[in-house]
Order: sequence, then structure tokens, then C-alpha cells
Amino acid sequence: MERLINFIYEYRAFFTFLFLELLCAWLIVENNQYQSTRYFNSSNQVAAQVLGFSQGVREYFSLRTINEDLARENAELRRDLERTRQQISTPTDTARINQFDFVSAKVLANSTNLYKNFITIDKGSVDGVAPGMAVIGDAGAVGKVRSVSERYAVLISLLNVDQQISGQIKRTNHFGTVRWDGTNMRYTSLQFIPRHALPVVGDTIVTSGYSAVFPQGIMVGIIREANLKPEAPFWDIRLELAQDFGRLAFVEVIKSKLKSEKDSLETITIGEPK
Amino acid sequence: MSRSGIIQFVLFFVYLFVQVLLLRNLVLFNTAFCFLYIAFIILLPIETNILVLMLAGFLLGFSIDVFYNSMGLHALATVLIAYLRNYWLSTITPQGGYESGAAATLAANGLQWFLVYSLPMVFLHHLVLFFVEAAGFTMFWYTMLKIVASLLFTMSAIVLLQFLTPQRRRI
Repeated sequence: MERLINFIYEYRAFFTFLFLELLCAWLIVENNQYQSTRYFNSSNQVAAQVLGFSQGVREYFSLRTINEDLARENAELRRDLERTRQQISTPTDTARINQFDFVSAKVLANSTNLYKNFITIDKGSVDGVAPGMAVIGDAGAVGKVRSVSERYAVLISLLNVDQQISGQIKRTNHFGTVRWDGTNMRYTSLQFIPRHALPVVGDTIVTSGYSAVFPQGIMVGIIREANLKPEAPFWDIRLELAQDFGRLAFVEVIKSKLKSEKDSLETITIGEPK
Repeated sequence: MSRSGIIQFVLFFVYLFVQVLLLRNLVLFNTAFCFLYIAFIILLPIETNILVLMLAGFLLGFSIDVFYNSMGLHALATVLIAYLRNYWLSTITPQGGYESGAAATLAANGLQWFLVYSLPMVFLHHLVLFFVEAAGFTMFWYTMLKIVASLLFTMSAIVLLQFLTPQRRRI
């Protein structure tokens, strides 16, 4: 026993090293599991405030573009609203019409050049934000909420190699998985579009609504390249993202009121999602 | 706490906030990152205890992780170089050894020695950091590009920093 203790004491540096590295490795692995409420990320109070301060300084330099973006978005929304008003026939199910609710939030921190990019916003559980909710920007889909604290939340950006959302070619209705390849912040890829589909350059990709996280038809991007290798079962599609992640200032969190209903129904029929 | 201890304690936060507030936003060509914060570990006095080094490395890396949302990643890479630092220092001891109480800085030991000392450590840090982040070797060449670009950027920053800061008197 004494020899064991002596042995450990003699190599205490190595054992401390081992312990710390295993701790880090555990944290990394643990953190990779999707979606959770956690304390040690930028949704915690202190970190978010520091990032908010830093963003506050930077914001002054981009006020003009932010204003332009917001004004343009406003105009589009007004047009959409008008169009919808015209279209609405007698509404029957108010729950379905009010299915989605929006919370506007300011971006406090955002990265675009790591493999796993996250976005910190200034709305949290107090404002009704919860993990798993979809987030859109002025031009299109942005990501999902990963973890929340009382007043802040961290989003897993579309520019994150772990993030997958269901996308659909608007023209042909074929759906696949939108997944980032980790390199260019303007481009992402659409996977699992079968051979028989005929995507062409310029086709619009929108969210499919299969996951009930995103409402159907939210803009994702436009196809810039579509290749079909001779033996491949699926197309290789590269699309330009509609949302420019480099200049994200305001985002909207989408609360889907029917999601829990849909999820529980699917859980009963299909089983727990992985 | 001794005077040098207090200085190092303050420096810890200086490096942390410079990294988080300034350098986090400064990425050249989408590939070159500046992880200047590891200069804190590199520049600690030569006789610093290895346990203190690792603990400081862990705390610094962990704090950086909180802001980068990369739980454990920077801590892992920083603890690794903190552990290897003293062994590396004793391997490259110049003839006649280090003066007692000397700092592991450029001013104390010269540019050539400093490059030999810091370059492999920064390279190792970046190597571990980017490959663990990429979670494998699927993007090998792109990751290597990031590593080399960031190595150049971080090294330039660390060397420049030492020319810019006034030499502290021997503590």
C-alpha cells in the first residue's frame, strides 16, 4: 500500500495530467450529445453578458446594413400578410392557424469559421424559448435552439457539421437532408436526393416540415451545383445559403405549438426518436 | 501570494479577455485563427511547478471553452502543452542552463531559442485542437491548412507581443 502511494506520488504530475485530459475528453464527448440545458456554455449569465457587450460595440459599425435588412424584411412581411389575408377562406381550426409563434431575439455572438458553429442570443426560458425550437433569420433558416438559460440561449447553427435539417426541393417536392460540410460559410450540401429526382441549378430548397420544428416552406438556399456520379444512389448537391451568416444581427425563434402533439403521436406509433 | 503570482493572476484574465473579446472575432481568410491565450502558458517562469501549469492551463482552456461553446476542447489542448512544457524546456536547455528565476521569454534567451521552444508547442496545441474539433481525419487537408495558417498567425502574434511589451524586471 505504501509503495502504491509512493508510486502515485512520484508520478503525480502524470496522473494529474491523465485525470485532467480524461475530464476534458469526457466533457467533449458529453457535449456532443445533442440538445440539453447546460450551464457551461455561452448561455450562462456572465459569458452572455460579456459577449453582449462585445456585440454592442461591434453593432455600431453595422447599423446601416442591419437597418436595411430589417426594412426589407418588413416590406416582405407586409406583402405576405396582405397576400395571406386575401387567401384566407373561413378558418376552421384556430389551433392550426396559430400553430407557430415567433420570438424576436438579438444575436450576441456568432461564429462561422469553426466546424461546429454556435450562436448566442438574448432570449431564454423566461421568454418561452426551449431546446429544439427552430430559428430563422431575415432571409431563411438559421438553426435550432440547443440550450437555454433564464435569459439567454445557444443555437446550433446550420453551419455546424452536427446539424441536420430536413430540406425539400420546392419545384419537385423531393426531400433530403441539409448538412454543412465544414468549409465555406456561404454553401451547404443537400444529401439523399434520389437518382430519379431531377434537380437543376437554380432550384429553391425550403424546409420540409417533416420534423415540425421548422414550419414548412422556410427558405434554406438555392442549388448552385448538382452532380450525379455514375454509380451513386443519390445526387451531390451544393446549395448557396439564403441567409448570410456573416451578418446575422436579429433572428426569430419559432415556437411550434403542435410539436409536442406531433412528437407524442409519433413516439406512440414509431417509438422513441434516436 | 508573491508579487509575481499576482501579476500572473492578472495576466490570466488579460489573456482570457483579449482572446474572447478581440481575437475571437479576428479570423483571417476564414482559416487563420489567433489563439494568443496559450502565450500565458508558454511565457510562465521556467521554474513553474508542473501541477500549477496544468491547473492554470485547464482553467484557462476551460474559460475559453465557455465562450467558444466548445466544452473541453481548448482545455484538452492547453493541458497537453502545459504538461509537456517543462519536459520540453529541460530538453532544450542551452549550454550552462537557465539562470535561476529566468522567464521563458524571447528577451531572456534570444529569438532562435524562443522559436525552437514555442513553435512545436503551438503546433501541437493547434494540431490537437483542430483535429479533435473536426472529430477525425475526414477533412484532413482542410484541417491541416487551418492548422498551418493558425500556427503562423498565433506565432507572429506571440513573437510580436514580446517585442511590444516592456521587459519586466527580474522578479
